[in-house]
Amino acid sequence: MNDVRLLDSALVPEAALARFGQDHPAAGGIASFVGKVRPDDGVEALELSHYPPLTLPGMVALATQALARWPLDGLLIHHRVGIMQPGEPIVLVAAAARHRRDAFEAAEFAMDHLKSDAWFWKRELRAGTWHWIEPRAHDHADLKRWK
Amino acid sequence: MSIKLVFLGKLADLAGVSEREVDAPLDWGSLTEELDGALGDAVACGKIKVAVNGTVIPENSALAASDGDEVALLPPVSGG
Repeated sequence: MNDVRLLDSALVPEAALARFGQDHPAAGGIASFVGKVRPDDGVEALELSHYPPLTLPGMVALATQALARWPLDGLLIHHRVGIMQPGEPIVLVAAAARHRRDAFEAAEFAMDHLKSDAWFWKRELRAGTWHWIEPRAHDHADLKRWK
Repeated sequence: MSIKLVFLGKLADLAGVSEREVDAPLDWGSLTEELDGALGDAVACGKIKVAVNGTVIPENSALAASDGDEVALLPPVSGG
């Protein structure tokens, strides 16, 4: 029912969404979000690292939580790790549900948690030097909406 | 008799390695003594979480790892 993956090579949202749609033919709608490496501030590359014993199990638990909270047909979370170029997809979330509001809300819930409460560490390559990215207060504020 | 210490995020840069072996047993006091310099400071900063064998422990001071355990030091996450 849920499709949760960590990918260390290219994420192709169109292909994943087509499969997800086929897997949930009875859904009245599918809300999806694609996050990309933002091409700004002279960022040459982005690297996401993870810790296998925690990262994927945490994402699976997040999907289970969303499914308990909204009546969904299914939830998809695909997340990249490794080195990515600006403009490359980094995350795909899709929620299939009978009604649109449940799908929109579940997708946003999953994104807000992935942005601030998932086991990822991020660094950017700028002018040939890697810089670790610190947590953003804004992402934590987004998370509070769901408490 | 050893424990695998795993460094995540910027802690891996400060440690110069992503993991290393330390002698068992290990508690929070012996861990912070073991790590010196900028790495020791970063680990002692109060924002680091600790996982033992894939489970985050509620309080770092409760760390009690023994031979064969994997102890991961987790800096604040920067989001996906």
